Amino acid sequence: MSAAPVITYDREQMNIVIVGHVDHGKSTLVGRLLADTDSLFEGHEAKIRAICERQGKEFEYAFLLDALSEEQEQGITIDAARCFFKTEKRDYIIIDAPGHIEFLKNMVTGAARAEAAVLLIDAHEGVQENSRRHGFLLSMLGVDQVIVAVNKMDLVDYDQTTFDRIETEYRSFLSEIGVTPQCFVPISARDGDFVADPTKTMAWYSGPTVLQAVDAFEKEPPKENQMLRMPVQDVYRFNAQGDQRRIVAGRVETGSLRVGDRVVFTPSNKTSTIESIESFNTPVASAAHAGQSVGITLAEQIYVRRGDLMSHVDALPQVSTMIRANIFWLGRESMTPGKRYKLKLGTTSVNVVIEEVVSVLDASELDSDTNKSQVNRHDVAEIILRTRNPIAFDRTQEVEHTGRFVIVDGYDIAGGGIIRDVVEDAEAALRSETRQREFRWVKGLVTLADREARSGHQAGLVLFSGDAGTGKALLAKHLERRLFNQGIGSYLLDGTNVLLGVDHEELAVAEREETREKLIRHYGEVAHLFIDSGQIVISTTNTIGLAEHQTIATLIAPAEMVSVHICPHHDQAPLNTDLVLAVIEDVEADVDRIMALLQERGFVPALQSTDD
Amino acid sequence: MSENTERPASPTQLDELESQSIYILREAYHHFKNLCMLWSIGKDSTVMLWLARKAFFGHVPFPLVHIDTSFKIPAMIEYRDQLARDWNLNMVVGQNTQALADGMNHTKGRLTCCAALKTEALKHTLSGEWARKRMNDQGVYVPDWNQEPYTGVIVGARADEEGSRSKERYFSPRDENNDWDIADQPPELWNQFKTDFAPGTHVRVHPLLDWTEVNIWEYIDRENIPIIDLYFDKGEGTRYRSLGCGPCTGCVQSKATTPAEIVRELMTITTAERAGRAQDQEDPHAMEKLRRDGYM
Repeated sequence: MSAAPVITYDREQMNIVIVGHVDHGKSTLVGRLLADTDSLFEGHEAKIRAICERQGKEFEYAFLLDALSEEQEQGITIDAARCFFKTEKRDYIIIDAPGHIEFLKNMVTGAARAEAAVLLIDAHEGVQENSRRHGFLLSMLGVDQVIVAVNKMDLVDYDQTTFDRIETEYRSFLSEIGVTPQCFVPISARDGDFVADPTKTMAWYSGPTVLQAVDAFEKEPPKENQMLRMPVQDVYRFNAQGDQRRIVAGRVETGSLRVGDRVVFTPSNKTSTIESIESFNTPVASAAHAGQSVGITLAEQIYVRRGDLMSHVDALPQVSTMIRANIFWLGRESMTPGKRYKLKLGTTSVNVVIEEVVSVLDASELDSDTNKSQVNRHDVAEIILRTRNPIAFDRTQEVEHTGRFVIVDGYDIAGGGIIRDVVEDAEAALRSETRQREFRWVKGLVTLADREARSGHQAGLVLFSGDAGTGKALLAKHLERRLFNQGIGSYLLDGTNVLLGVDHEELAVAEREETREKLIRHYGEVAHLFIDSGQIVISTTNTIGLAEHQTIATLIAPAEMVSVHICPHHDQAPLNTDLVLAVIEDVEADVDRIMALLQERGFVPALQSTDD
Repeated sequence: MSENTERPASPTQLDELESQSIYILREAYHHFKNLCMLWSIGKDSTVMLWLARKAFFGHVPFPLVHIDTSFKIPAMIEYRDQLARDWNLNMVVGQNTQALADGMNHTKGRLTCCAALKTEALKHTLSGEWARKRMNDQGVYVPDWNQEPYTGVIVGARADEEGSRSKERYFSPRDENNDWDIADQPPELWNQFKTDFAPGTHVRVHPLLDWTEVNIWEYIDRENIPIIDLYFDKGEGTRYRSLGCGPCTGCVQSKATTPAEIVRELMTITTAERAGRAQDQEDPHAMEKLRRDGYM
């Protein structure tokens, strides 16, 4: 840089968290760190001391942080506070996480933001339940850099033997969960021994102070050398403001992208080329890297949407509906098999159920129980999850950012997890074939997105199912007519017609299992052609059993399917049905309901269009 | 910053803060149908407005809501309307007209005044119960046709401002009564936020939570954001450090005339940012109480 008097705002910043069992002195340590590094505002300590005097209680450094009135009354930290302090080396955001089990979700919230952690243990009480649980959660949350501070050494007469015993015990526990602490520091947070300054109290100790150990944490290297992963956050078109760009927005979580790169969006498998990198008030860029929130435009107009994961063609993410994961549960209600939850991973959101509880681990003892069938609050478990639709992800050991998720129960995030492995579902082989088909497909100059833009509706499949005699064929024909009357390209593709035409020689043996499989493949491929030409295909065939719905959905991907099941009792409907109808009485009313569903899912435009 | 560098140096603190704020703004825009951003005209929410233009490539696709206590420093209103025109903003203003008609002002008690003219006005403006005014194409304020409650409200609170703000989430729910249940906040991890919420409740979104006062000024300097000039000394050796209502906001001694000078000054300063805000000094938990009731 030149010698011009410009301030370069390039100080390093690091988020660290202080965790440990309740009352082991976390807030006191943070208060002390702030006070000893002159990070408190003028008068703040005096103000808190004055309040203590007025209330007739002894001043504690913890009060500098436990800002909420309830916290000061009860003498505990309820929620993680963020404090700011700086050393010569860099700026810190220090997160003081609560140690009370009741506030574990606040501890998780605090720790998930951190790059490194200080685990605190009371020398007098030794290793406690939450010392272990917090250590375990740190490793699940991906916080790899850890130091351990053994606090309240003044209460054990600064005894080295006590310190050594705690170090041996806790080191052995941490090694079981794959955590290697960088050092153990004996301290008295209250008196400031070995927090910021070495004192004469423990001459037997020659290691770093807490502050020195914290400064020795290393900043995580940039993730730009990993595979490209950019979850699509949204696609923007601000046409009303006179802006014609169609911008795919998201954050590059790992890797790098450059103008001209060939990219693929998973799970839809659509490919395109990056035409430009868009931004506001910055010079034109030809590349973007991990950590940047960016926008790109694509050379070929394809239908991309939130939840798609962008990568390079030669380094694809995994796709499945089944994953093996380690989770921790924070919800008041237990996580139970059979119940529907929402899984959020990157920008994807999908319905999910537990397929199997493999084992439940007591995170404070590391005892695992393979007989439990549900996951209770504060449990850590290994489970197999099944999502309603295929999702794109990575194993957490390969790409951390796209290998972790949260589970939403009702309105609240109730748990978090990391993906250990892909479980092959029934569609795995087919999905991989379809992916290859999509990449190799010979494309014309007119894309499906072009066709959809002209026709004003999306292409896709409406799949009817239900026993013979429920009237689904009639309903399907009326739906086709309704769509046609509204100017929407639609085609009734009965399985019989595919049989008669494409599979004529196999009609006689249609019942044989291997032939059946082939028929379903043929049906799916024919439907795929119609859809690729922009039509909404309506299917009523009885040839396709309920089990084959996923096969069809896989074959027509990236197009979408809406399933309608007709049966007298709702509980007989297959799990993934979008709409369940009782035996048909009023055909037009049922067509109305299907039309409403198609509008809701974005297949067809709403009748009362808004003015944008 | 130099142009056309193929590989910039590893991201700076400001780059990281900017990227995270943009991510949060885009999440908010995706999840909330009735979304607005509170713009107090001060430096923080003006930086936030700038970040929105970054997030949405020059556009601001939601309304900006300003609560006008009528005691704001007049230059603030001029600046607000000028920027609204220049940047093509969807500007909405709310006010507690009844309390003002009844003669409310800070002499009735600072906290009482804040509660009426800010907290109450804000609550009823957000819920749509009280009439809102919207700036039209000619730059004139007319009654707003939209009376829908806002379900997502973007706020420029920073964790380093004072104790209760340091405990906020990026996405922080408020119940039907606008209450903030501090003891039972939702978990928030790996950039997954609370975006599902019961009818009648709303969510406050805090894109600036990790920014410090120094970061704000560094960014204003780096981006050349046209910040209101009340923050700068105009030759009298004083400037505002925090902006509020005229009667309750004091100046600080300072000769800083540019953002860079303010950054240098803040590097050595030891008094709290809100020291010039009289209402904070009324009660040790004044801010927490105000904020539990809906103050920003």
